[in-house]
Amino acid sequence: MNDDEHSTPDPNDQHGSVYDGLLGTDTSQWAFGTDFEDPLAGVDTTVPDDLDAGELATYCLALGDDALVMSHRLSEWCSNAPDLEEDIALANIALDLLGQARLLLARAAAADPALVPALPQGSPVPVEDALAFFREAIDFHNVRLVELPNGDFAHTVARLLLFSTVRLAAFEKLATHRDPVLAAIAAKGVKELAYHRDYAGRWFLTLAQGTEESRRRLLAGLTDVWPLHDELIRAYDAGPDVDVILDQVFAVSAVERPEVGSMTGRGHTEALSRLLAEMQVVARAHPEGLW
Amino acid sequence: MVSTAYAVAASVTDPEMPMLTLADLGVLREVEQCGRDVVVTITPTYSGCPAMATMRDDLVHRLSDAGFDARVVVALSPAWSSDWITEHGRQALRDHGLSAPGPAPTSGGPIPLTLMPTARLVSCPRCGSAKTELTSEFGATACKALYRCSDCREPFEHVKEI
Repeated sequence: MNDDEHSTPDPNDQHGSVYDGLLGTDTSQWAFGTDFEDPLAGVDTTVPDDLDAGELATYCLALGDDALVMSHRLSEWCSNAPDLEEDIALANIALDLLGQARLLLARAAAADPALVPALPQGSPVPVEDALAFFREAIDFHNVRLVELPNGDFAHTVARLLLFSTVRLAAFEKLATHRDPVLAAIAAKGVKELAYHRDYAGRWFLTLAQGTEESRRRLLAGLTDVWPLHDELIRAYDAGPDVDVILDQVFAVSAVERPEVGSMTGRGHTEALSRLLAEMQVVARAHPEGLW
Repeated sequence: MVSTAYAVAASVTDPEMPMLTLADLGVLREVEQCGRDVVVTITPTYSGCPAMATMRDDLVHRLSDAGFDARVVVALSPAWSSDWITEHGRQALRDHGLSAPGPAPTSGGPIPLTLMPTARLVSCPRCGSAKTELTSEFGATACKALYRCSDCREPFEHVKEI
């Protein structure tokens, strides 16, 4: 037997790390996501002549920011949801939205490269990450509904019902947008958002018709998010079809439409800065890092 | 004529459901071969599916092993549908204890709200019983729902209609 085969590995050995031999040079055997993959690789991102590239980019950025921030809030439920099924469900919905965010941020960057924050020369950070991790809160275009801190599960259900209902209705229309890239992203998103809306609608009904306590919590959650309903409707240019769906859920749940005023003002709440501080800290600490 | 590059690309398997090849899953859209240069077109199943990066890497590696210089591009439209899973793929799912998807909902008009549990005819892939119950519409991967058989009591996964 050759003793060398079992000698104690030295990570500082000139021949490399003890782990090198596990994989050789085939990095594809690592877990998912170790290598950047352009979500629009090979897609023709030329902006059609009759569209304003800057407007299209800003619009895609806003849609992408909503998905990114909502995804982050939902992912905060990981390992904290009331039961394993809901933990998995909320993580799945967060993942769908993260996928939409990646595509939309990449689309925004391709339509108007000037939107992308400048990074040090030679930085390997792709444009979608530059947009996600290197913008300040003031430069985010998301609606305030998605940035509110998480409350209890009922609060999340109320927020998700409003968000997915309005976003689904908007995406159904966007599926025929004149920009074929945005249209394709929306057509894909419709299928995902339909599952999200059904999930939120079912839990809304269950909590409303469940126990006194579940109903109390649901109504409190709905009252908390409702002041941001108008801003959401405006941002997505939503029509009466959205109210029809919401009223349908309210009716079967025996819940009245909340009579609380709209939150005034514009821009963002302090909650977004705190969310971004957590989301961006690692990327900002290593602007030349490779992931 | 089916090119050699197509045969290689078509035999690469899905990283999360390795009983399915990318061709069975319906994500392999096109393989263009020009001498040693190959361009493979794939379509994501879900917007956030993290398996896409691995599929791309596996395609590049397998084609490179076969002597090709491969590039992988994305086609977003038309969006992937579970209807694209081949009959061979559906059988492979069943053989491995997964329930294959039924027909995807047809589009046309506003998508109706469904507040009752999704109605599907799902039979247990282990014992064949038709008495099954939905545990969750979301599972370990974006494309699967969780079920339980009321007879043999085994949990199983169902590939969702989309």
